[in-house]
Amino acid sequence: MARLNVNPTRMELTNLKHKLTTARRGHKLLKDKRDELMRQFLELIRENQTLRKEVESAIGSANMQMAVAGCTVPKEVIDTALMLPKQEMSLSINEKNVMSVMIPKYSVEYKLSDPNSIYSYGYSDTSGDMDSAILSLSEILPKLIRLAEVEKSCQLMAAEIEKTRRRVNALEYIMIPGYEETIRYITMKLDENERSTITRLMKVKDMMIAENLEARHQSE
Amino acid sequence: MYKIAVMGDRESIYGFAALGMTTFVTDDGESAAGTLKKLAHNDYGIIYITEALAAKIQDEIEKYRFESTPAIILIPGVSGNTGAGMSDVNKSVEKAVGSNILK
Repeated sequence: MARLNVNPTRMELTNLKHKLTTARRGHKLLKDKRDELMRQFLELIRENQTLRKEVESAIGSANMQMAVAGCTVPKEVIDTALMLPKQEMSLSINEKNVMSVMIPKYSVEYKLSDPNSIYSYGYSDTSGDMDSAILSLSEILPKLIRLAEVEKSCQLMAAEIEKTRRRVNALEYIMIPGYEETIRYITMKLDENERSTITRLMKVKDMMIAENLEARHQSE
Repeated sequence: MYKIAVMGDRESIYGFAALGMTTFVTDDGESAAGTLKKLAHNDYGIIYITEALAAKIQDEIEKYRFESTPAIILIPGVSGNTGAGMSDVNKSVEKAVGSNILK
């Protein structure tokens, strides 16, 4: 592991020790965040898959009914029938904070509360297949909205999980080992300095004693 | 207040108009990309788009994948289910987990 390029001083050592504790704490927090996000993500993604299957098959059958309606009734008549829909939908979005990911909560409001207002046409010109197609679409609608909610949440969470996982890995495999390595290096360097100082002092002391002894011999 | 849009070829989406969604009929990629951009900047919270059309403007859709609005959701069109919607879901799994664990 690459050692950081720092001077081996006591000040650096203290700084690095601080950084190491911060990095360890951050790593632990991020790891918890990742695990919790992952748990929620897996729950959501399962719901997403089942919802999607349901919605896709329902839309498929509605489309088939629509195709039948298209065969029996001229295109122009269908266009006129659906040109001016009575019903209007509006959507309000609330956001929910899950582990700092803002996931959307949709709620739909209708302009008309009457469920029959989806039929914006007289029944005389169009075929019953169209009615049932539109009815089955309107039945799947709540699921369609929920699908949008879940799928968007999954996309947002997936991005956040990836980001968090990268951070966790960077801390775990790059930052923390780097700090540890550097701290070890500085400690060893400082110890080495200390030992060399002691040896030097001992040597100097020996020399002084020898000098003293010599001086005493000469004076005698 | 947001609105809901549906994009795709005429046969696939005209039923949604009756439900009160705003429909945008188009089946060529260039105009669809323009429409999508306009919708995204104009208070459309959810945009349902047929798989066939989405395949033509994948790059445009990808841009909004990680924005909080709009949610762009693929739906099967009259031409049938291509499985693109499901593979979109699986893409999220792959991104989050690293490999697809829910096959």
